[in-house]
Amino acid sequence: MTRLAVPKTYKLYIGGAFPRSESGRTYEVVAADGAFLANAAKASRKDARDAIVAARAAVAGWSGATAYNRGQVLYRIAELLEGRRAQFVAEIEEVESVSRAVASAQVDESIDRWVWYAGWADKFAQVAGNANPVAGPYFNISVPEPTGVVAIIAPQDSSLLGLVSAIAPALVAGNSVVVVASERFPLSAISLAEVLATSDVPKGVVNVLTGSPAEIAPWLASHSDVNAIDLVGAGALDWISLEVDAADTLKRVLRPESGPDAAAPALGRITAFTETKTVWHTKSLL
Amino acid sequence: MSFLEYAPAPESRAILSLRDSYGLFIDGEFVDGRGTPFQTISPASEERIATISNANEADVADAVAAARRAYDRVWSRMSGRDRGKYLFRIARLVQERARELAVAESLDNGKPIKESRDVDVPLVAAWFFYYAGWADKLDHAGLGANPRSLGVAAQVIPWNFPLLMLAWKIAPALAAGNTVVLKPAETTPLTALIFAEILQQAELPAGVVNIITGAGDTGATLVAHEGVDKVAFTGSTAVGRAIAKQIAGTDKKATLELGGKAANIVFDDAPIDQAIEGIVNGIFFNQGHVCCAGSRLLVQENIHDEVVERLKLRLSTLRLGDPLDKNTDVGAINSKEQLERIRELSDVGVAEGADRWSAPCVIPENGFWYAPTIFTNVQTSSRIAREEIFGPVLSVLTFRTPAEAIAKANNTPYGLSAGIWTDKGSRILAVADQLRAGVIWANTFNRFDPASPFGGYKESGYGREGGRHGLGAYLSPARVGRGVAQPRLETGGAASADLETTRRRSPRSPKSATKGSKR
Repeated sequence: MTRLAVPKTYKLYIGGAFPRSESGRTYEVVAADGAFLANAAKASRKDARDAIVAARAAVAGWSGATAYNRGQVLYRIAELLEGRRAQFVAEIEEVESVSRAVASAQVDESIDRWVWYAGWADKFAQVAGNANPVAGPYFNISVPEPTGVVAIIAPQDSSLLGLVSAIAPALVAGNSVVVVASERFPLSAISLAEVLATSDVPKGVVNVLTGSPAEIAPWLASHSDVNAIDLVGAGALDWISLEVDAADTLKRVLRPESGPDAAAPALGRITAFTETKTVWHTKSLL
Repeated sequence: MSFLEYAPAPESRAILSLRDSYGLFIDGEFVDGRGTPFQTISPASEERIATISNANEADVADAVAAARRAYDRVWSRMSGRDRGKYLFRIARLVQERARELAVAESLDNGKPIKESRDVDVPLVAAWFFYYAGWADKLDHAGLGANPRSLGVAAQVIPWNFPLLMLAWKIAPALAAGNTVVLKPAETTPLTALIFAEILQQAELPAGVVNIITGAGDTGATLVAHEGVDKVAFTGSTAVGRAIAKQIAGTDKKATLELGGKAANIVFDDAPIDQAIEGIVNGIFFNQGHVCCAGSRLLVQENIHDEVVERLKLRLSTLRLGDPLDKNTDVGAINSKEQLERIRELSDVGVAEGADRWSAPCVIPENGFWYAPTIFTNVQTSSRIAREEIFGPVLSVLTFRTPAEAIAKANNTPYGLSAGIWTDKGSRILAVADQLRAGVIWANTFNRFDPASPFGGYKESGYGREGGRHGLGAYLSPARVGRGVAQPRLETGGAASADLETTRRRSPRSPKSATKGSKR
């Protein structure tokens, strides 16, 4: 006798909660052969704005945590992902219609990428910052600080690895993130949100939207409370218009990337979402 | 004669040997521009100084073509050691001609000679000296081995620190191996043109630096030119925004140093004498024509009255007048347009209910002047607390707790600079951590150094100038295989490094080159 499976309802992840889209909209996620897999939430403008509000509220706590602490929290994500490895492999096999080996490789690399970025949390500032020998009685130092709220259009051709490769570096410095998942492969993004929700990542630090990037991205690009936008997965969109929209509030913009090396692990992905702060401290006369 | 009245002590203008008219400096020579020439005047007297060429579209194309040729044939092939030597030469020539440059700057810009002589010009020399040493050490700039220059840099600079902004732009660009087309501000072209003569004395290869004069449309044409690889702009946020839009989707990298509305936070335990001097320096230095000026004074409520009273006393001793007089503290407003903007915003301040107080000083008959002014009873929502006035106008607000000070300081779309005055070191560190600004001065203000990165958060722009980070803005990492996309964003120094798998533009023969660059 076969057991009747209990399918999961895939919703959004905003401010640590899993709401449906306020619009009530969903769209069908299907396998390569057209088989129905799930109804994913189709996020609206309002959902995007709610996510930005949640992300903004989370910036102070996350960026205020010690770098050591952030590193441990990011490492903890890798631990939990490892524990749910089989679930992700199965999900990716179905959604992307790939072999178990291919799906496994993607999950393994995703886990390792969290570990790699976790280790940077308390180190990148030593590489990107420095003391400045100014000509005067001052202690002068430049340090990188998080830019704030980062909106991300995740790579569209990958369920998990592209997503992780885009959000992990933004989190390292203490930014909070609103990410639009792959439109075709959104399910792992929501499953990852379940991992985040049950790890030690504070609510609002990562917010995941599923739906149409073409529809949501313009709202993110033009929103005044977004400090930076990573268009890594926006290659198929009218990304130049998004860049023009982003210029209205002088957002920091990362351009689309494509191919297997999109969002490859790099220190530059961490520092791209930082601001250099230089502080002049007077020295007294003795 | 009171103790405040000094006999005039004007710096002699005899040191200047100005031409009656200046051409554009393209490909190592002065050539006439094809636009309608304009006059540059002294804002202190409105007298004409010289006639300045106006670069039209064809002139811009010539300048970019000259820069491209110089890049392809000379500068990108020269050793870092030799590039550095040219920069050292320039630094020394600036030092040798320092007084002349200072007098010209004060004449053309209206800033007091004591500032141009003791701040602007010495920093210009320091900037070239600092970056000269980087030219043969680029492997250590934080972008990995063999970083590459970008190509032709289009640089558009403002009128508030004409020669200093030129140095901020040109020195790192050349050290990194780029060539330059620079456009000084319409109202302050003079020192840039004298600087062109210095480049001739330094025998810098032709075309490595091209200086074209003109108004905003010349700058826009330059930034838009397809032969440009890098845009560096200092000026208003409005123009910066327009540039960011204009270059969206192109391969041009950008550094934007834009506006600010800096909070200068004074706690009740601050060393008050120094704080008063710091507040005055923060907003009245260079007539307040400073993007990082401490234009919002946040003073702890219990010392508000004392601070305001002492400020008024101090401002009453400032001497406003002839920029070339060695005793002058406050010079002329740079232009009639700027004066009108300052007046307009000040009137808005009054209309919105703030109390205006201006230092009692005699305003000269000719020229553009604005007495140092303080607004008290300013609401955080008032336009004089939110918009950049870019003049000698200070808005005073109060706070009770550090948290309130931080919240008010950060309540602005800008994020260029901030000041903290307190005797408590641990408070400085804690508050500095919370301020969303690129440069923070603790118990000092308006300090600049070529080794120290400068630049803003949020709508104050992106990229850094100065220091290792400023060098990174003119470099990209060594090519690594094929690559698809490239983030245009600069994060300076160690930053963008391994990220940028740059696609290299195919070497192009500048279209305009065929037209010839000299006439």
